[in-house]
Amino acid sequence: MGWYNKRLAKSIWVFHLSASPCNNCDIEILDLLTPKYDLERFGIKLVGSVRHADVILLSGIINQKVAPKVTHLYSQAPKPVFVVGVGTCPAGGCCFNDSYNKVPCREDVIPIDMYIPGCPPKPEAMIEGVVKLVEVLNG
Amino acid sequence: MNKNTIPVGPFHPLLEEAEYFNLVVDGETVVDIDIDIGWMHRGHEFISEQKTFTQSIYLVERICGICSTSHPLACVHAIEDVDNTEIPLRARYIRTLIGELERIHSHLLWLGLAGHFIGYDTLWMWSWKYREPVLQMFELISGNRNHYNMLRVGGVSRDVDPEKIPGLTDVLDMLDKKLIMIAKAANDDPVLRSRLKGVGVLTHKDALDYCAVGPTSRASGVPADVRKSEDIDAYSLVDFDVIVLENGDVYDKLIVRVLEMLESTKICRQCLEKLKKVKGPILNNVKNISAGEGIGRYEAPRGEVFHYVRTDGTNRPIRHKVRAPSYVNIPTYAASCVGLPIADVLITTASVDPCYCCTERSLKVVNKNKQPYQIDLLKLSREKTERIRRETYGG
Repeated sequence: MGWYNKRLAKSIWVFHLSASPCNNCDIEILDLLTPKYDLERFGIKLVGSVRHADVILLSGIINQKVAPKVTHLYSQAPKPVFVVGVGTCPAGGCCFNDSYNKVPCREDVIPIDMYIPGCPPKPEAMIEGVVKLVEVLNG
Repeated sequence: MNKNTIPVGPFHPLLEEAEYFNLVVDGETVVDIDIDIGWMHRGHEFISEQKTFTQSIYLVERICGICSTSHPLACVHAIEDVDNTEIPLRARYIRTLIGELERIHSHLLWLGLAGHFIGYDTLWMWSWKYREPVLQMFELISGNRNHYNMLRVGGVSRDVDPEKIPGLTDVLDMLDKKLIMIAKAANDDPVLRSRLKGVGVLTHKDALDYCAVGPTSRASGVPADVRKSEDIDAYSLVDFDVIVLENGDVYDKLIVRVLEMLESTKICRQCLEKLKKVKGPILNNVKNISAGEGIGRYEAPRGEVFHYVRTDGTNRPIRHKVRAPSYVNIPTYAASCVGLPIADVLITTASVDPCYCCTERSLKVVNKNKQPYQIDLLKLSREKTERIRRETYGG
């Protein structure tokens, strides 16, 4: 799928999937679109439907109620789709590891390809993460 | 009458958080609205009861990314209320400064999202552009753009460097000009006015009946503001007005927030002036917290946030209760949304600045006998294997 991935890397469309986060990563993701960072100049665009997405930006520990919906959304996305876990929550659970409501294994719910740690990660870190993803896609 | 139900969510393109609305419509008019929450529930109260007080503050900061001062502030107020801990004056000013800066960034964020919801993306880009300097101020003061972790029981964790104060004041001056510009633009724009005026009216009586708090109630003529009514932090030492408007429609809620931001810059400027003069410690070292209970209140950008803490003399709370402002404001949808066309419902629901991360503090167990959770199934399965093994092999 090398040729396909290269075409994907030209203009990544991202879908933002908030699976019980604290809102902060989501706001920083939206912040990337606003004048200071303005990711749209690189062709990276936030889309409303997961069916248009090349990359899913996942934030938050996935709780029991939202987990089936997350799996459903992932199954609806056209493959190949890359899942980027934004923030410490998808990576390590942040301070919610004692929670009774989080899923035991996030990777069972949705396979996560890349993590951007930080609580919340700075927009620069998110841009760096996306750049690394583009490098990987370009092979 | 032919009633239909329109489900919205939980992952809707316009909603930034996962939430689920059920709109019962008759033609174009909404006759009933139902909301299903729980998509964001992470069990903060339960986790907090297993952590120490300092860890609890870190944890409640992560209830909501936008109110990441309001929740810890109410939490430390509650813990300090147990022993009536004295707060150094300098720490009180720093707390007030951080709280008000947060109000500015939260209201600017709301203003942008409100513009985005009604298809006025210029307003979104503008207000988020001028939100960036506020986040940079936070980075300068605390080292992080969000989640500042500035608060401790008995004071604050970081001091404001006097050398940074002139730079911070410059940003506030710039913000004042830009806020007035945005307010004028919103006021002059005929499209914005006709889109928001008279939409989603929450009457004075309804605001009282539903116990609305924060800008939602103040736009309906209810002057509810904890900063004025309670003696918290340095609010009694600074001069500011509580903005109250009468109409209760979305337009008034917008104007209330814009005017509040101007009040906030006023408070911030006074705090920065005082921080030049007031010297002294920033943290009153609290060694022990005795058994008892305490409440903490703070006026978050969305309204009054309330924390209750019960302690038993150890280093952790044995009960921690959180009531967030959105929890009170969300039921006002029943009064403000009914009777509106579908197109106006979204901006009306957004006008109370709902924060579902804050709201979802409890979980409803529908069927106790059902074991829906994987972790429980796994445990049951392992227990059964263990039981069979014991029965088979004995011992």
